[in-house]
Amino acid sequence: MKIVAFTQMESNGTFAQDVPLFADAIKASGADIVIVPGTSRFKRSMPAAALRAGADIDTNVTDVTVEGETVKAQRWAYRQRILATFSRTGRPWVIVTDPALFAEISAKLGVSETKEFGAGAGDTRTTCNGVQAAGGGGESTIRPDAKLLFVAGAGWTKKQADGELHLADAASSITTFLGKSGASLGSSKSLVDMPEAAQAFNFMSHMNQVGQTGSTPRHAKGLSTCCHGEEPHVVGRRFINERRAINLDANCGWAQGKADVVYVADAFEVMKKINEMM
Amino acid sequence: MSKPLNIIVCGSLVPDPLQTLEPVSTPQGPGLKNEQMLPSVLDPWAACALYEAAALAKTRAGSKVYLVALGPKAKLQQLMMTVAQKVPFELIAANGPAGGFTDAKETAEELAKLIKSIPNLDLSSTLVFGGCASASRDAGVTMPFVAEKLGINEFFAGVDEIKVADDDSFTVLERIEGGKYLSSTCKGFPAVVAWATGSLPEPPNNPQVGMMNMRGVMPALMKAPVVNVGSGTIAYEKTEVPSAKRDTVVKKDMSAEAIAQEIVEWIKG
Ligand SMILES: Cc1cc2nc3c(=O)[nH]c(=O)nc-3n(C[C@H](O)[C@H](O)[C@H](O)COP(=O)(O)OP(=O)(O)OC[C@H]3O[C@@H](n4cnc5c(N)ncnc54)[C@H](O)[C@@H]3O)c2cc1C
Repeated sequence: MKIVAFTQMESNGTFAQDVPLFADAIKASGADIVIVPGTSRFKRSMPAAALRAGADIDTNVTDVTVEGETVKAQRWAYRQRILATFSRTGRPWVIVTDPALFAEISAKLGVSETKEFGAGAGDTRTTCNGVQAAGGGGESTIRPDAKLLFVAGAGWTKKQADGELHLADAASSITTFLGKSGASLGSSKSLVDMPEAAQAFNFMSHMNQVGQTGSTPRHAKGLSTCCHGEEPHVVGRRFINERRAINLDANCGWAQGKADVVYVADAFEVMKKINEMM
Repeated sequence: MSKPLNIIVCGSLVPDPLQTLEPVSTPQGPGLKNEQMLPSVLDPWAACALYEAAALAKTRAGSKVYLVALGPKAKLQQLMMTVAQKVPFELIAANGPAGGFTDAKETAEELAKLIKSIPNLDLSSTLVFGGCASASRDAGVTMPFVAEKLGINEFFAGVDEIKVADDDSFTVLERIEGGKYLSSTCKGFPAVVAWATGSLPEPPNNPQVGMMNMRGVMPALMKAPVVNVGSGTIAYEKTEVPSAKRDTVVKKDMSAEAIAQEIVEWIKG
């Protein structure tokens, strides 16, 4: 069984350039299985390339097992709600993994050859203008390599015990903590959907949203604040092992077996203390 | 004056995200317990695509939005009761399975056939929209497959914004690594755009739009061809919901100071 890994340099290519490039590489590799890290470039163009090359493709593969010539893969369906174990009869078979799992899964498969792609070339009607930050335009608050995911929920924008809103305090508490901890910022959908949050919390956007219609980031730990822990949010935490939450409500979703520890407390007060201690 | 656009949105139904899903084996392969009875919603990212399509169509007089949906006919009909009230569109439907264990290649083949069945479709004024991944299969491959099947060489993934100029060139923002956007400009149509959240809220229900849409929806459902979509070359061994329940420790009555101390130690540990 021939296993070939595809990787890419810090470069990009448009769909029109990359599909023929990748399709030819799949065909030329003579591979039974091609393993690919799910970078944005590969995710954009590898599916159509596989189709063009007559290959099968599975994305978001989280694990594989190899027994002799039999390879079984695992991936989640229904947004991290049902785990499927399966194999494919078709060859070549392109397996796309989260970039964070690429090395581990490549090692399990036993890669015999690696092909690295440079920038795309050739005819295209599309021009890349460059990369830009989301939201307020400052430094990105999404840090895929951070150990900690810090999640802010809609509670930060609600009237607090004194009957008042404290949006500026909330924004400063969150950004101070991000600065001191180096954590990546996640959000509930309710928070990023709020027009008032878009103004007061200009360091976050829909890109920070975690969950069913957001991302499923990989960090070792996750701390939730002012977030209820409803199922459509929690499915985005599938790959966060250690989970803690601060919530005023002792019956919030996190307390129903979705976090390891729930602190029933005012997140404004606790985060202020944490920021003093960090 | 800029010419009218055809905006074709591919989108179908998925189980309501608040429902508990239980996998079962069926003679056709893996499925969901009580799948026919589960309440469903329009696939969320496809829904974002539909709202963006409607907003874009308004910017060019004479433009038209199509919703191309492959799903079980009875459930599509139910779904249309709400979706048809959101924005004006013409439904083009096929009657077949829409679950998370079907093969994206077969689904894309049928979607491409439905798109090609639109009479007198001029691809040079067409944008094909869809979600960047479904809330069922969640693979992000259907829309690039549709692009390939239609022979369209421009595809953008995880798009949050499109700005179309009068000369038909357009600029998109695609989500890339590290919470950033890649901005690209394309010289013109056709193109396939797989949407992330976009920037538009869900439109309120508009019964007038609903009545107008339903005139076309019922005939479209009546003539929806039955299609066979299976699981392709996939051999499923197991589908399961691994126990994710934790023994949560709920800590009440601790001072903010003590909680902060414990959390700081946990973060640093
Ligand atoms: C199709 C669909 C897709 C969805 N996708 C997603 C998704 O991807 N991601 C997502 O997050 N949601 C998603 N949702 C929405 C989800 O169901 C919830 O509505 C949402 O997650 C709630 O956000 P929240 O917990 O921040 O807000 P709320 O439910 O309003 O909860 C606020 C919390 O803050 C707490 N609080 C308030 N003040 C304080 C304080 N001072 N200290 C401590 N705690 C405080 C409250 O006790 C409460 O628990 C989706 C829903 C649908 C229908």
